[in-house]
Amino acid sequence: MSATETGPPPRAEGSGDREPVLSARGLRVVLRGARGGTARAVDGVDLDLARGEIVALVGESGCGKTTLARTLLGLERPAAGAVVFEGRPLDRSARGLRAYRRRVQLVQQDPTGSLNPRRTVHESVAEGLRIHEGTTADEVGRVCRALSLAGLRPPERFLSRYPHELSGGQRQRVVIAGALVLEPEVLVADEPVASLDASVRGEILRLLLDLRADLGLSALVATHDLGLAWNIADRVAVMYLGRVVETGRTEDVLSDPSHPYTRALLSALPGRGGRPAPLPGEPPDPRRVPPGCRFHPRCPALASGRAAAVAERCRAEDPAVLAASGPLHRAACHLGPEEGRAGRALRTGGA
Amino acid sequence: MSTGTAVPSRRSPARRRRREALLRLARDYARHRAGMAGLAALLGTVVLALAAPLLVEPGELTVTGAPGSPYEPPGRAFPLGTDNFGRSVLDLVVWGSRVSLAVGFLATAVSVVLGTLVGVAAGHFGASGGRGGRVLSAALMRVTDWFLVLPTLVLAVALAAVLPRGTATVVLAIGLTVWPATARLVRAQTLAVESRPYVERARALGGGHLHVMLHHVLPGVAPVVLAQTTLLVATSIIAESTLAFLGVGDPTTVSWGGILEAARTAGAISSGIWWYMIPPGLAIAAVALSFTLCGRALEAVLEARPREPR
Amino acid sequence: MTPLLDVRDLHVTYRSGSGEVPAVRGVDLSLDPGASLGLAGESGSGKSTAALALLRLLPAGTRTRGRVLLEGEDVLTMRWGRLRAVRWAGAAIVFQGAMHALNPVRRVGDQIAEPLLVHRTVPARRAPARVAELLEQVGLPASRARDHPHQLSGGQRQRVMIAMALACEPRLVVADEATTALDVMIQAQILDLLRRLVAERGIGMLMISHDLGVLADTCDRLAVMYAGRIVEEGPARKVVDEPAHPYAAALGAAFPRVGDPASRLAPRGLPGDPPDPAAPPPGCVFRPRCPVAETMCATVDPPLLPVEPRESGGPPRRAACVHAGPARPTTGEGVR
Repeated sequence: MSATETGPPPRAEGSGDREPVLSARGLRVVLRGARGGTARAVDGVDLDLARGEIVALVGESGCGKTTLARTLLGLERPAAGAVVFEGRPLDRSARGLRAYRRRVQLVQQDPTGSLNPRRTVHESVAEGLRIHEGTTADEVGRVCRALSLAGLRPPERFLSRYPHELSGGQRQRVVIAGALVLEPEVLVADEPVASLDASVRGEILRLLLDLRADLGLSALVATHDLGLAWNIADRVAVMYLGRVVETGRTEDVLSDPSHPYTRALLSALPGRGGRPAPLPGEPPDPRRVPPGCRFHPRCPALASGRAAAVAERCRAEDPAVLAASGPLHRAACHLGPEEGRAGRALRTGGA
Repeated sequence: MSTGTAVPSRRSPARRRRREALLRLARDYARHRAGMAGLAALLGTVVLALAAPLLVEPGELTVTGAPGSPYEPPGRAFPLGTDNFGRSVLDLVVWGSRVSLAVGFLATAVSVVLGTLVGVAAGHFGASGGRGGRVLSAALMRVTDWFLVLPTLVLAVALAAVLPRGTATVVLAIGLTVWPATARLVRAQTLAVESRPYVERARALGGGHLHVMLHHVLPGVAPVVLAQTTLLVATSIIAESTLAFLGVGDPTTVSWGGILEAARTAGAISSGIWWYMIPPGLAIAAVALSFTLCGRALEAVLEARPREPR
Repeated sequence: MTPLLDVRDLHVTYRSGSGEVPAVRGVDLSLDPGASLGLAGESGSGKSTAALALLRLLPAGTRTRGRVLLEGEDVLTMRWGRLRAVRWAGAAIVFQGAMHALNPVRRVGDQIAEPLLVHRTVPARRAPARVAELLEQVGLPASRARDHPHQLSGGQRQRVMIAMALACEPRLVVADEATTALDVMIQAQILDLLRRLVAERGIGMLMISHDLGVLADTCDRLAVMYAGRIVEEGPARKVVDEPAHPYAAALGAAFPRVGDPASRLAPRGLPGDPPDPAAPPPGCVFRPRCPVAETMCATVDPPLLPVEPRESGGPPRRAACVHAGPARPTTGEGVR
C-alpha cells in the first residue's frame, strides 16, 4: 500500500497479538510563545507503543518530539486528540494523573538539572515512593534495589551522596533508578544520553535494553541521534515539524529510508565515509508551518525535479497523518515509495 | 553490608551530611568580619532585652515612681541622665529594647510569612498551574503591586489609627506594609526554581502542587528568605520607631521610638537636653545596622554556596 | 616544511585545594598548514586543557611545562604583548557554547568587527565591508550583521563564532567541541564549512570532540587522549576503522554506524570511570577498564610506539598499548 492514501490506513498489520500499552491518537499540541504567538509543536500524531517495545522518536530540535513526550505524560494539555493508556483515554483529573504517573515514567534530557542539588541520592530516588506511598518501612530496600537495577552497585555507597559528587553517567542512573523505584510499565525518555560522555552513552543504552529484557519495560525514546535508534529501538518514528513523516521497523527505515527528510538526516550523519549531504538552511519553525507538505520548502526531491510529477500536490496538499504503529514501513510523502527510493520495492517487515 | 544492618541507620547519613553542610555554612559566615560584629551586637542586644527585668525596676519607669528629678544631666546616679519626669534614660532605653525587638521580630514574621505565601503561590501557579493558575498568579501580583506602591508610612499610620491602639496593631500595621517586597523577591526565586528540570521530574513522578511547593520550591527559596528576613527586621524596627515617634504607637509601653516622641513633645531638642534624644536614636541605628550587617553577610555566604566543586 | 604547530612533551598541572592534579601528562602534537588534526577523548581526558594550554588560556595557578611552537615561536615563554597578538592573528578558538560566548546586547556585526578595530587590521570605515565578507564566508547573508544574537539560531550563532575567529585571518583555528550541541543537520553544515575553510585558505585546524565519527569526517589525522596522554595517533580513517588501542576501539564503538549489523540492538560502552588524575593506577592507566588487559599491563606503562612498520612515505601511526607494539603487528581485530 502507499502512504499517499487519504483514508485512515489499516492498523497493526502483522502485530495483532501486540496490544499497544500507550498511544497517541490524532494528538495536537499548541504552545503559546513568550510574545503571544502560537506554535503547532505537535500537529497530528498517531503513535503506538506496544508492551515490551522500544520506539525511537527521531527528529531535529524543534520537531516537537520533546513536547510529544511531555504530552504523553500529561505534562502538556493537548489541543486535540488523546493520549490512550491501556485502551482508555488518559484521565486528566488530579487523581487520574497521579495514578497514571506511577506507571509511566519520564527520564529527562539533562540528568544534572533533573536532580535537586540539595537532595541526596536516597531522597531523589525515594521521591516517587514518598509521593505515592509516603515514607514506608522498606523504603531503603526498595531504593537500593532500584539503584542496583540502574547499575549503581553497591547501592549503599551512593545513598548519602549529593548529585555534584557523581559523574554525569551516575546522575543519569540515579534518575533512571528514581523512575524504576515505582516499578513502571512505560519509560518515556527524552534524549537520555545526549549530555553524556561517549563511553557512558553505550552503558546507559545497554541499561535500557536490559530493563526491557528483565522487566518487560516499554520505552519511547525521543532523540536526534539516529545511532541511538539503531542501537536500541525496535521501531522508529521520524518527526518533522510536529508530524511523523516516516515510520516502520528500525532496519527498514534506517537502511532503506523512503521519505526525503529521513534520507537527508541519514546522509548528514558523521563517520559514514562519504561526503555528507545535509539540507541547507535552518531548522523549521513550528510557528510557521508551511502549507501543503510541510517539508516541501526544503525537500531535495522537489528541488532536484525528481518530484516534478507531484509538485502541485506537494505545494498544496498535506499528506495524511501516518499511523505510527506496527511494523509496517510508511512514509508521509506524495512521491510513492518507488519514486521516493529510486525504484526499489517497499519492504514491509514482519508481514 | 547487608541491607538488614543498613536499615536502622538509613536516615542518619543524610542527616549527618546536612549537619556538615550547616557547619560549613557557619564556618563561611565566621569569615565575614562585619557579619560577626553585627551578630555579636545583636546577641548583646537580645540578651540585654531578655535580662531587662533583672536590671531595671519596672516601677521606676512610671511617671509617678521616677527615682530622680527632671532633666538631670548624665552623672554618677544616672549614667545617661533623666527625662522630664526624672526617669533614668538608660533604664528607659534598656527597657525599650524589649518592645523594639519584639515588634521588629513579630512584624518581620508577619511580613515574611505573608510574603513567602503570596510569592510562592504566585510563582508556582503562574509557572505550572495552567490557565487558572496564571489568573490567580496575576491577581496575587496585582494585589502585591498595589501594596507596593502605597506609601508604607501612610498606610501604617492609617491602619494604626483605625485599629485599636496596642502593640499587636503596630505589629500588624508594619507587617502588612513590608511584605510586598518579600513577595516579589520570593516570586522571582520561585520562578527560577520552577524552571529547573527537577521540578518537572517531580511533577512527572506524580507530585502535586503541594509536593512541589513544599519539597522543591520552599527549600529553594529558603536561603533568600533567610537573608531577606534579617534585613527586614532592621526595616521593621525603624518602622516601629517611626510610628511611635509619630504618636501612633502604643502609648502605654516604652519603646525607642516612644522615647524619642516623648523627648520631642517635651521640647528636649529646643532646650538642649541631648541625653534624652541621642541614646534611643543611637540604639535604633545600632540595632538596625547590626541586622543589616548580618543580613548582608548571610546573603554573601548563601550566594557563594551553590558553587560546589564541579 | 616547518609545522604550523609543534607541541613537545606538554604537561599541564592544576593546583586544587588538596594538591596537584596533572591533567595533561606529556603530549606531542604536530600540525601542518592546511592540515587538520582531531583530538578525541572523554571529558576529563585533558583534551580541552591541552587546547587551552596552546594559547595560555588556563586559569592562574596552573603549571605548564614543555614547548608549544607556533610557527617556530614558543607560546609558553612568549611576552604578554606578543601573546596578545598571537591570540588573534596567529590562532583563534571556536568554543562550544556559542550562546554564552556572544554578548547578548550587541549586534553580531559589531562583535565581529571588534577584533578588527582593536588590532587595527582594517581602517574603521572598511570594517563593515570586511564583516560582510566574513559573514559570507561562513554562509550567512551580510544583513545578519544587524541582528542581535538572540535573533539567530544555534547553528547561525556558531557560524558567527567562526566568523569572529576568522576575522584576523589566523593561521591556526582550534575548534573545541564546536558542533557538539548542534543538531545532526546543522552539525553537518558546520563541519562542511570548517572543512572548506581548511582546504581553501590553508588554515591549520585542531578539532576537539568526543565523537570519533565527526573527527574522522573532518580531519586528516587523529589523536585519541586518555587520562592526559595520547594513546593512539594516526591517519583519521585508519584510527577509526582499525583502532590499535582498545580505548580508541571503545570510543569508536560508542557511536555506531547506522546500518552496521554488529551494533544493531547492541550498544557498546566502556564500563568504569576514568582514573582519578591525582592518583593514576600503576602500569597502563587504561588497564582497569581494558577488556583485553593482561597481567603485564599492571606493571608496564606502554609508551607511544609505531604500530606497523612504516611503509615508504606512508603516514606514521602510533599507539600506546602492549598489544599494538611493533613486535605484535596485530591491529584492532584482536581487541574489538
